[in-house]
Amino acid sequence: MAYSEKLIDHYENPRNIGSLDKGAEDVGTGLVGAPACGDVMKLQIKVGADGLIEDAKFKTFGCGSAIASSSLVTEWVKGKTIDEAETIKNTDIAKHLALPPVKIHCSVLAEDAIKAAIADYRAKASKKDEPQAAE
Amino acid sequence: MTAIAQIRRNDQPIYLDYQATTPLDPRVLEAMMPYFTYKFGNPGSRSHSYGWEAEEGVEKARGQVAKLIGADEKEVIFTSGATESNNLAIKGVAEFYKDRRNHIVTTVTEHKCVLDTCRHLEQQGFDVTYLPVQKNGLVDLEQLRAAVTDKTVLVSIMAVNNEIGVIQPLAEIGAICREKGAFFHTDAAQAAGKIALDVEAMKIDLMSISGHKIYGPKGIGALYVRRRPRVRLVAMIVGGGQERGFRSGTLPTPLCVGLGEAAEICSSEMVAEAERLTRLRDRMLKGLNAKLPEIYVNGDLDRRIPGNLNISFAHVEGESLMMGIKNLSVSSGSACTSASLEPSYVLRALGVEEEMAHTSLRIGLGRFTTEHEVDSAVDELAHHVTKLRAMSPLWEMSQEGIDIKSIEWAAH
Repeated sequence: MAYSEKLIDHYENPRNIGSLDKGAEDVGTGLVGAPACGDVMKLQIKVGADGLIEDAKFKTFGCGSAIASSSLVTEWVKGKTIDEAETIKNTDIAKHLALPPVKIHCSVLAEDAIKAAIADYRAKASKKDEPQAAE
Repeated sequence: MTAIAQIRRNDQPIYLDYQATTPLDPRVLEAMMPYFTYKFGNPGSRSHSYGWEAEEGVEKARGQVAKLIGADEKEVIFTSGATESNNLAIKGVAEFYKDRRNHIVTTVTEHKCVLDTCRHLEQQGFDVTYLPVQKNGLVDLEQLRAAVTDKTVLVSIMAVNNEIGVIQPLAEIGAICREKGAFFHTDAAQAAGKIALDVEAMKIDLMSISGHKIYGPKGIGALYVRRRPRVRLVAMIVGGGQERGFRSGTLPTPLCVGLGEAAEICSSEMVAEAERLTRLRDRMLKGLNAKLPEIYVNGDLDRRIPGNLNISFAHVEGESLMMGIKNLSVSSGSACTSASLEPSYVLRALGVEEEMAHTSLRIGLGRFTTEHEVDSAVDELAHHVTKLRAMSPLWEMSQEGIDIKSIEWAAH
């Protein structure tokens, strides 16, 4: 299978590998996929006081397309608000990396990983600030 | 060793997929060449010397194949390959004896062409028992004995598994079949030329052989069909009645000659080659173990052909690893390229956890593998496994002492 240059670049030189402190209040962690299915993505975002995502890290167990998809989204979410990050669609990821049809699920997983990280961040924020959670 | 230099150009990756196919041995090509050119006759032509010399080439080859498995040359028929041989053996026997016996016994780790043939026969009304295998990949003989009844016409169990290289206890299986009056067919595509086979000692009634797995050409194989006691078959391809009527069609003389020469070379070099490959395989495994923790060999390591390793590299997905090791040609135990996302059914049958099955590679060593290639492969594998583990969330969790099974994963 021939992969696109962009995909191979993300696989060979993945951006933002690593972990953030998952206990920190300004960090949201998403862990999606399942080892039995051959794909697990952990994506973390760190949200600054200004509401912008100032850092993002990932670790992925999966095929090259899964690694590239998660690497790409860590680049995309940085500097965005969480509302903006939430609008990233799997189709955008698939298009950018020119994923073959059998690898579309990797982009779906990457979208799920962002959404899960945002949900985790929001849950932490609402616990910290009960009145906001009631809105 | 100029012959070997012709096998791989320097700019090509190291070939470590000898269970998928093997390069043609240059000596085999040499034996074939005249039959592509001036010895072009139809081996079925009885009226002139062109036909006679082609027939002579084919019959010599038949004898060479027979010698490799301890058979008589009259018991060997040429086919297009092991897939056809397996189809012919199983369908042919089932069809011929269906009024007396209609039950077939096989195992869950057979090659797809055996499993699909059995599924096809089930649709035709035959009963098929798919035996499980033990953790080491071998069939349980007591389970086999219990499964074979007076309705069983055929037991089809592969000699050597194509993914994990384990060798089934053929002589014991043959004895059970003979005792119960069932025919014993074995798919020996991965076994012929690699381990000693003897159809008499092992009481084998039908055996499938492939040319391109033994450094012969693609597009040719053989089926051994026992004559005493006689095994009868319904032919799938009918026509001119060649090959004792079992398989009509003009024989591809150069391919037959190539298969024969390949079998001849295996007969004379098998013992030395097995020793050399065992040394290389042990060297590879030792090298990998020295550089990488948490790697596991799938399938029995002792009852195994020398040229196969199937290894799970824990917490590293097999396909991403193959993408990294660009200078090595291996195959993945996980069929993740298919939309199904299902890992290898063979590894699953051994009880290998799905997540471990996703981390497996099949590494095949063969006649032209060198020590230098093995050492390069070890370095490249170790480098990329280490790199991918550094980005694996599962490796991180396992290093933190988190049990991955304790997490509730969302299936997708």
